[in-house]
Amino acid sequence: MENETILAGLDPEVMDEVTSRRGALLGMGRLSAKLALASAPLAVAAMARQAFAQTSLPANIVAVLNFALILEELESEFYTIATGGMAMSGGAVVTTLIPSQDRPIFDTLRDHEQAHVRFLRQTLGSQAVAKPTFDFTAGGAFPDVFTNYATFLTLSQAFEDTGVRAYKGQAPNLFANKDILEAALRIHSVEARHASEVRRLRGNFSEQAPQKGWITGNQSGGAPAAVYAGEENVQQGAPPAPAPGINVATLPAVTGATVTPAVAAATAASEAFDEPLTRAQVVAIVDPFIVEPIS
Amino acid sequence: MGSNNRTGEGEGTLLARIEAPTARREFLRWSGTAAAVALLAGCSDDNTRSIVEVQPPPVVPPVDPQNPTNAPGVTLNFANDFGILNFAFALEQLEAAFYTQVVATPYNGITDQERRVMIDLRDHEIIHREFFRAAITALAPAGTLIGNLTPNFTNINFGSRESVLGASQMFEDLGVAAYNGAARFLQSADLLAIAGKIVSVEARHAAAIRDLIRPRSNNYAPDAFDQALPPSRVLAAADPFVQNPITVTNAPAGF
Repeated sequence: MENETILAGLDPEVMDEVTSRRGALLGMGRLSAKLALASAPLAVAAMARQAFAQTSLPANIVAVLNFALILEELESEFYTIATGGMAMSGGAVVTTLIPSQDRPIFDTLRDHEQAHVRFLRQTLGSQAVAKPTFDFTAGGAFPDVFTNYATFLTLSQAFEDTGVRAYKGQAPNLFANKDILEAALRIHSVEARHASEVRRLRGNFSEQAPQKGWITGNQSGGAPAAVYAGEENVQQGAPPAPAPGINVATLPAVTGATVTPAVAAATAASEAFDEPLTRAQVVAIVDPFIVEPIS
Repeated sequence: MGSNNRTGEGEGTLLARIEAPTARREFLRWSGTAAAVALLAGCSDDNTRSIVEVQPPPVVPPVDPQNPTNAPGVTLNFANDFGILNFAFALEQLEAAFYTQVVATPYNGITDQERRVMIDLRDHEIIHREFFRAAITALAPAGTLIGNLTPNFTNINFGSRESVLGASQMFEDLGVAAYNGAARFLQSADLLAIAGKIVSVEARHAAAIRDLIRPRSNNYAPDAFDQALPPSRVLAAADPFVQNPITVTNAPAGF
């Protein structure tokens, strides 16, 4: 998968176009964009090396990465159990939860979350926290999480959308270290891909709210409401503060002839921007699934 | 007077030929020096016209196949964060124009579900585009906002599902990689927060389009880590889809 280029699926003529013309104006000569893009997917090891180049990570960045690590451990174990790679806490191995037609989706999710855990542990080294003990029933709130596919899907969506919002909330705290910031962003957008896929799967790919790939208002679709608190926001900041935000639902070209009617503009405006969660909000969501409280 | 009459005849004949389109092309084919001498001789007592008529044939520039409408050049000045905002504005313009076309002229066999996706993507990209237009206008010095780009979608077959979805995947994956890669160049953490709100929506789009291409497969997320491309590479990839020549100034190291 790593040599897959972003131009895959396009007409070869388009590829040729990419390699010519105004590349010179960009100081790139006849650099082949295809070549450039093919070389771009970085291996985890290369990213970890970049991160390791930091002689010692500041405490605030270690804290953010350990926070991310706990979330990734949660997701990783969740999918590892669901795909039969690890026994449930009761001792049984899950064998019949995920229909075979959906296995590629969740095998991919499991592999990605495991890769995220490996990357964070490599980056943190000895400063990484131990993996917590998880309780995916959340103290009995979801007793059939690994025996009822619908319950499993609901929690999967909740974990993925929470992950997206958690990374988004922490990104500004990584601003001082560009390599780690970029690595976190590269995970953040993958979590959003996961969320999109699980959401659409839950809606049987009908592409209708509340189970579109994107979040409409603060509709939770049966997941805990806290996961979607604030997602209805349409007032997007015009930094630096205290400049007032921009209401993206009422911009002239948005409420005009193209995006119609006005109700649709408000809906689309909430969907078009994902919102961050604070660390405290994330902890409140995932704490019931962790036997030891997060310190 | 005989000489005046002859001059008048010659002048009238020549003007008539120049004004007729076919004759103008014939005139332009005359070899330069001989034509100028002939004109000067024929118009010797009418200075105004002789000056006009001895102009060398104008050079007609060949039509640039990628810029047939001669769209004006666009400069992205990366001296500060407004350059990155304009860069994002350019990408969102391109995406919005693409989905506007997809919705206006749906490909053959589009399903209701696929149409819902395309309408949503169109609306989201228009909102992103208008957000950047409003934000740059509000925050940057007058004249900072780049103009409206003229897309070049000649390589996309809007009647073909395969072509449209392939282009859509390219635009969405490119958008994700662009935001991920531009983040390290931002000077404002506030802008990083804004970019973070948009990039995950682009990633949601990318996953949905990839799933339409290969349903229920691993295609929705091809790697555990998305790409992060520097702006120069993003522009090189986007360039074939824009008629306007794009110039980059003040690019920082690693750009």
